[in-house]
Amino acid sequence: MALDQSFVGRSYPPTAPYEVGREKIREFAEAVGDTNPAYTDPEAAKALGHPDVIAPPTFLFAITYKAAAQVVQDPQLGLDFSRVVHGDQKFAYVRPVRAGDRLSVTSTIDAIKSLAGNDIMDVRGEVHDEAGEHVATTWMKLVARAAEEA
Amino acid sequence: MTAKIAYDDVEVGTELPAQTFPVTRATLVQYAGASGDFNPIHWNERFAKEVGLPDVIAHGMFTMAEAIRVVTDWAGDPGAVVEYGVRFTKPVVVPDDDKGARIEVSGKVAAKLEDNTVRVDLTAVSGGQKVLGMARAVVRLA
Repeated sequence: MALDQSFVGRSYPPTAPYEVGREKIREFAEAVGDTNPAYTDPEAAKALGHPDVIAPPTFLFAITYKAAAQVVQDPQLGLDFSRVVHGDQKFAYVRPVRAGDRLSVTSTIDAIKSLAGNDIMDVRGEVHDEAGEHVATTWMKLVARAAEEA
Repeated sequence: MTAKIAYDDVEVGTELPAQTFPVTRATLVQYAGASGDFNPIHWNERFAKEVGLPDVIAHGMFTMAEAIRVVTDWAGDPGAVVEYGVRFTKPVVVPDDDKGARIEVSGKVAAKLEDNTVRVDLTAVSGGQKVLGMARAVVRLA
């Protein structure tokens, strides 16, 4: 069943702050096998002009995806999450995420389309730090595949 | 931001050093833990096959994380990445053996933009198929 178009433009309340820790960044960098010292060595990060270690570019997804759960689990929207696949992902950074950040995400439904029985939804996440400064914008396209016909 | 590559030293068509990233089942378990994405299609073969996949597949976000390393290793400062987007076109299928799968990533400068930024277009291939579409990053050079 096609999703309700009236949800386009709907924003959800900002999430409680996620505190970015040095060791969480290290764990993520190790999991993707990336040995860039900017992720693990505060002195190396400072030499590049960052106040503390920074996170790999895609680290932010874990935070914005959790925030988007508000949207995908909204019972009024009625998205069938068991059929959802991740279509596209995009990040635009005002500055890199770094250790010590306390980040809050505001999720908005940018678009809902129905194509060949698939529901396609674009969810934008606006990420701000504790001072209210804009850190990044993320876009995620979710595709709920059509239920298989008998 | 302190990229080690100078804007004036690159031109449209400049190729970035290509890299190949291995991915095994153990890699996926580690990534699941670090990212918090425990979807069983990334570690449970029985479940993956039940939902119509050929085998366990890598997290799309894992592939996305690997592909940008071609850009961040080239630029030196990962904080120089201004934008990064991909489309997930094909799954990276990861067999249950010691070798697993490989993701081959190449990139080249597609456009020179304002404020010392360039657009890099990335290609990621696994098992002979392109696994990312429209994979593009904007990076600020020195």
